Amino acid sequence: MSTVRAAAISAFRLKALPRSLVSGGIILGLSLIVAIWPSLFAPYDPITFDYNALLAPPSWAHPFGTDSFGRDVLSRVIHAYTINMQIAIFATIGPFVFGTIVGAFVGYAGGIWEAIFGRIVDATITFPFLVLVIAIVSVLGPGLGNMYIAVGVVGWVFYARLVAAEIKVQKRLDYADAGRVMGYTPLRIVFRHLLPNAITPAIVYWMTDMALAILLGSSLGYLGLGAQPPAAEWGVQIADGKNFMNTAWWISVFPGVAIVLTGLGFSLAGDGIAELLRVRR
Amino acid sequence: MTAMSENIGPNGNAGLTVRGLTTTFDTSRGLAIAAADVDLDVAPGEVVGLVGESGSGKSVTLRSIMRLVREPGHVSGRIDWRGRDLVAMSAEELRRIHGSEIAMIFQEPMTALNPVLPIGMQIEENLIAHTPLNAGQRRARALELMNIVGIPAADRRLDEYPHQFSGGMRQRAMIAIALACSPKLLLADEPTTALDVTIQDQILKLLLDLRDRLSMSVVLVTHDLGVVAATCDRMAVMYAGRIVETGTVAEIFARPHHPYTRGLLGSVPRTGTSRTMLQSIEGTPPSLTNLPTGCAFHPRCSFATDICLKERPALEAVTPQIRKVACFHHDRVAAAEAIL
Repeated sequence: MSTVRAAAISAFRLKALPRSLVSGGIILGLSLIVAIWPSLFAPYDPITFDYNALLAPPSWAHPFGTDSFGRDVLSRVIHAYTINMQIAIFATIGPFVFGTIVGAFVGYAGGIWEAIFGRIVDATITFPFLVLVIAIVSVLGPGLGNMYIAVGVVGWVFYARLVAAEIKVQKRLDYADAGRVMGYTPLRIVFRHLLPNAITPAIVYWMTDMALAILLGSSLGYLGLGAQPPAAEWGVQIADGKNFMNTAWWISVFPGVAIVLTGLGFSLAGDGIAELLRVRR
Repeated sequence: MTAMSENIGPNGNAGLTVRGLTTTFDTSRGLAIAAADVDLDVAPGEVVGLVGESGSGKSVTLRSIMRLVREPGHVSGRIDWRGRDLVAMSAEELRRIHGSEIAMIFQEPMTALNPVLPIGMQIEENLIAHTPLNAGQRRARALELMNIVGIPAADRRLDEYPHQFSGGMRQRAMIAIALACSPKLLLADEPTTALDVTIQDQILKLLLDLRDRLSMSVVLVTHDLGVVAATCDRMAVMYAGRIVETGTVAEIFARPHHPYTRGLLGSVPRTGTSRTMLQSIEGTPPSLTNLPTGCAFHPRCSFATDICLKERPALEAVTPQIRKVACFHHDRVAAAEAIL
């Protein structure tokens, strides 16, 4: 058994890594490259109108067709990677970091802190996530920045809950006691010793959450509360095409495919990380 | 909590002096007295064994000394370490002593080591907490410690994780972490129970060797009388949370004064004597929430009389000053035919 573990840890030999992590990693890696240098891949400018090719179906000139303003759908899908990958990362990194710190504190301290935290969790999960985020965005005003704030205000709770539960288990184990009898400070025990053992579920959830954030960003974009037109964003694009579903399906379908593909990448990566870290234990 | 003894142990202020240590747990089935009125002295350089069945309070005593007892547990009494009371001490002061002056090793080295940190880093953690050494010096010291505890290829193994170590090597690594700051007292909670007999022997030899080289005291909790005989200078036998007999290992093994000790000794095979049946102690240890009246051992004791049901015998000195026993009939027990 230890040979498997050793292999998983000792290196990034591709064979030893879970297949889901490899495939998820490839999808995400390509997505990230596209997101960073979209103009290398996009054949047209994403916001230039072309009145000679309105609602053109997929062809060699426009593989994904054009929309009602004659904009190339492929170029818009490619440029949207920049915004959508940003959403995936920026909407989740804050909640991940903050939630983890709060969860670690609450899980270790217990007692009154845990009780207070429990009530905050209850209050938050009572509301449907999307409704809460929409409410906050409508107060703050539409736009990506406010969307990050809204998602952050709600999202950290889920990370904190995962980490707190795991820390509560870990702090009872012998090695935590061993840390205490070595005279380590609580801060050191929590962050250096317990957290690396407790953070796995949070990392796996983070991957899923990034996929959800893309969906959420698209939903808000669709509703006009996220990225604003004419910016290329998958949700905005799907909204653009909603009136033409019968005549020009390609305007909405290709951004939808991009969402599914990226979501798949994050999910596979999440599964792969879970598997990798499970082997390590 | 009548710590009646005002006599300072044989060691004055230099070592560990426990007086009237009582640890209780407030459970739903009533107050469980896990350790009651425990007196214990450990002189510098001395190895003291704490022996008893599971649930007799030996581990709890150790954990109480380290202040590891959690809610709903409660510890009272005095635990003096070099003249300072560990029970009254603040968390901050305690942290300074733990790991540097007093260290502890656990029964199951797999769970007592952090699974996600390399061994070398775990040794260095202790050095970071208690010494001003820089990174290079810490690494050197970690290497030195690995050599001291006898881990081969120490240089390479510093970067390995606990799961890459065998059971015996893990316990050695645990000892290396505990020894990082050259503690003066090592509390060992059944350090060899989870190991093979051959590895057990190596680890015990290592502990004795380290005791000599570092002149540290060791409190060894175990249920294995063979381990006590091989390593300890003095021993204390615990039953139902109380010390029932204490003295030097040689004296107790030669002539037990408490029927429980006598039973324990009769239940292990000995070489060099005629072949006889092994004796077991009838019955089971009592529930800590519902102790028998009088002497807690009386339901299992063949020497018991009426007084044992009514009164609890105090731990009192018998002939040599260091030898104490809590039994009304210790003369009869001692005089009884040696256990076969």
